[in-house]
Amino acid sequence: MSSYLEATARERLQRLFDAGSVEEFLPPAARVVSPHLGQLNAPVAFDDGVAVGRALLDGLPVYAAAQEGGFMGGAVGEVHGAKLVGLLRRAVVEKANAVVLLLETGGVRLHEANAGLIAVSEVMRAVLDARAAGIPVVALVGGSNGCFGGMGIVARCTNAVVMSEEGRLAMSGPEVIETAAGVEEFDARDRALVWRTTGGKHRYLMGDCQAIVADSIAAFRQGAIDAIAACRGEPVELTLEALEQEQAMLAERIARFGGLADPLEVWAAMGVVQPAAIPMMEADVFAEAARCHRLGGR
Amino acid sequence: MNAPGRTWNTLQANRDERLARARAVLGDALDGKALPAARIADLLYKALECGDRVCLEGNNQKQADFLGQALAALDPARINGLHMLQSVLALPEHLDVFERGIASKLDFSFSGPQAGRVAKLVASGQLHIGAIHTYLELFSRYFVDLTPRVSLIAAEAADRKGNLYTGPNTEDTPAIVEATAFKNGIVIVQVNRIVDALPRVDVPGDWVDFVVQSPEPYYIEPLFTRDPALISEIQVLMAMMAIKGIYAEYQVERLNHGIGFDTAAIELLLPTYAASLGLKGKIGRHWALNPHPALIPAIEAGFVESVYSFGSELGMEDYIRARPDVFFVGPDGSMRSNRAMCQAAGHYACDMFIGSTLQIDLQGNSSTATLGRIAGFGGAPNMGADARGRRHASPAWLKAGREARAGSNAIPRGQKLVVQIVETFREHMQPAFVDKLDAWELAEQAGMQIPPVMIYGDDVTHILTEEGIANLLLCRGEEEREQAIRGVAGYTPVGMGRDKRMVENLRDRGVIRRAEDLGIDKRLATRDLLAAKNMKDLVRASGGLYDPPKRFRNW
Amino acid sequence: METLTYRFENGNRRLPKPAEVVGVVSSGNLEVLIEPAPLDGACSIEIKTAAVGFGATWQAVMRDFHERWQLTDARIAINDMGATPAVVSLRLDQAAETMLGGPA
Repeated sequence: MSSYLEATARERLQRLFDAGSVEEFLPPAARVVSPHLGQLNAPVAFDDGVAVGRALLDGLPVYAAAQEGGFMGGAVGEVHGAKLVGLLRRAVVEKANAVVLLLETGGVRLHEANAGLIAVSEVMRAVLDARAAGIPVVALVGGSNGCFGGMGIVARCTNAVVMSEEGRLAMSGPEVIETAAGVEEFDARDRALVWRTTGGKHRYLMGDCQAIVADSIAAFRQGAIDAIAACRGEPVELTLEALEQEQAMLAERIARFGGLADPLEVWAAMGVVQPAAIPMMEADVFAEAARCHRLGGR
Repeated sequence: MNAPGRTWNTLQANRDERLARARAVLGDALDGKALPAARIADLLYKALECGDRVCLEGNNQKQADFLGQALAALDPARINGLHMLQSVLALPEHLDVFERGIASKLDFSFSGPQAGRVAKLVASGQLHIGAIHTYLELFSRYFVDLTPRVSLIAAEAADRKGNLYTGPNTEDTPAIVEATAFKNGIVIVQVNRIVDALPRVDVPGDWVDFVVQSPEPYYIEPLFTRDPALISEIQVLMAMMAIKGIYAEYQVERLNHGIGFDTAAIELLLPTYAASLGLKGKIGRHWALNPHPALIPAIEAGFVESVYSFGSELGMEDYIRARPDVFFVGPDGSMRSNRAMCQAAGHYACDMFIGSTLQIDLQGNSSTATLGRIAGFGGAPNMGADARGRRHASPAWLKAGREARAGSNAIPRGQKLVVQIVETFREHMQPAFVDKLDAWELAEQAGMQIPPVMIYGDDVTHILTEEGIANLLLCRGEEEREQAIRGVAGYTPVGMGRDKRMVENLRDRGVIRRAEDLGIDKRLATRDLLAAKNMKDLVRASGGLYDPPKRFRNW
Repeated sequence: METLTYRFENGNRRLPKPAEVVGVVSSGNLEVLIEPAPLDGACSIEIKTAAVGFGATWQAVMRDFHERWQLTDARIAINDMGATPAVVSLRLDQAAETMLGGPA
């Protein structure tokens, strides 16, 4: 099976990294489950919805995590968050070559309230600490639940985000935006609009992700390899210069597109020929067409 | 001797009176046969009389919604007691006419979305059901004892003479108009456009009395689109069993699929699993079927030679236009469907029907009736029944007939394969196999004379669940039949109540066959076997010709 | 939530590998953790399920599973979110196959 979207978290790990090279920390057999869900009469998962460990990526030892979107939408609870934080801290101690995060999540697991909020903020800090220690962190976003909430922020704190067009990346979810700002502002049931706005293609054009790949595990594997390679010869830690560049890009975005209502209008304003054809394009054709128009140097 | 003093043209005279009244009230606003949308109420008050039998196009897909709303907005003091004849009650206004006292009696076929409201109005006495029919059965009565006096229909376009183009969604219109026009009835049509030249003439202007261009195009429901992303592994396994255990076994070349995810899985397995079994050209060649998007890969792979349709399906228009060898397409290039003819095709010219259901009892009676909802039947009973009037032979028909009659003295005849495909448990762990159908209680609740059964047990030839296939043709006697059903009813109470020894015996005889018996490796039953795994795959398979309705797209 | 436990004796197939997990705790689905364990030859199955009141059904499904696979010194733990018996049997078979590399 090649679809990244349809695979489970563990299947993604096993098929993306070198065959047989995945060594899982705190595997399901360890039964480190959520201490909170039982009280709420909700089922637990033996790995609390995330698999973390070490693996080889084209021979290169890396640290990796894969969130299981099927369990509670991949949302981050106390244990789930602690596994991610522990992985990132261990990567620093062991001077890992890179950390690859396969993200599929709605963000904070609200069931766990403060524990969930704290967990996500600790993940943010841990990602930035890893980068500060010179360890590249790469995020892969291609699951059906997308990468939302606080974890959307985490994704943008990494060195590079690789997405498929099926993947979505945002902070607030579509329903939340509609509830807060009204259906004229954003119709959450208009799935084409939701994907047009938060999906991989728009994110690539906006500079929020650095690569767009087809929905296949092989394509994501290559995307991860390329993203890690691209980190060489560049500062891995967050620099003032990079932040200022990002700030400038965001200002440019608002200046050029702030008044436009739909990504189709944005793409037209960017100079994309035939914006309406973009949604049907295959990933490689799209990447080629988008290259000269997309924002962000990276 | 002639009966003295009897007039023999009352219908004609009455029709002339209505037309005269209507023309008088519309005056200059009437341009040939066309009247402005704003005057529709005036027309209806003059064209209708209390107690009329009125046929409204609530088809399965196409809805004469402008006319339906206009009817429901009439003053019940002026027009009341109407007897509605309608294939499908799909829209709220279809029930508003009863609630408001404009109509009081109903003969219909299906009510899906409005089934709950139908039940309520029956209970409150505001709606009297004459009978619930299959589609073809209802159309048939239009020519016998339920002829419409006035028909409110929908068409794509009309020309200045009232000729109509009904296009891909022709559906029920020909049957309705023929019955009405040739019994001096009145035909009123809402059209999307009035043009100088039609692409082709589907209904001659002579049969049409009034044309109104509606403010919005008529509503069409996309009922036959199934997103492959929602097909489960269990459904893939059942589809494999269907293909290997029935389609291949009986050489099923001509068939109808009842709509559902189970049959969509079969359609998507033809180019992959069925092809790997060498079945291309041997099964699934001719279809009485709406243009299911899920059939696109099988068409592209060369399995499908022809498809005749009851109606069309939103988004498939360009694909159909590009495949005129497969679909039934007019000289203008667009499809024409015809529910009456397709029902006949499904009944007489197909060797198999396969569809899903909600409940099956111990005799194999199959029902979709649930309490508090009067949903009716649609076309399934017509397809899912042996065609006893059939005479031409085919390998599948003969084989089924032989199996049914083996060991008896009966004169040889064939039998249609009628397959019920269903998971043993539905949502919320509701068993699909029951001792007593909910239909009994519904009949009592709603005052029906007999319980509403979709497919009768003695027409069902096979029951297919995730546990295996029960071949009822090979059962001898009530007890064997019951155990065969229990033997595929899984862990439902019905299944757990099986006589294990009898079931083992039935399995030895091949009356029950499990996946292993069919040589199916369950580990292959994954979604990877689907020729298309999502809507975009279907679009790709069609070469970009298929244009799914918005609700099915995430791009 | 309901917790159900079953213990089956007289099996003979040993589990050669360390633990495996199959499935996901999503709606209508379940995860199955299967591992060898010293249980005096028994196969023990513990189920935590969100669907309450189906003990008899689980019992029948587990009994048939044991009849198919005859595992010995095996511990199986399940987190279930309303899967039908068809899906439960499927996952159990997948779990055993992953361990033993082939159908019963």
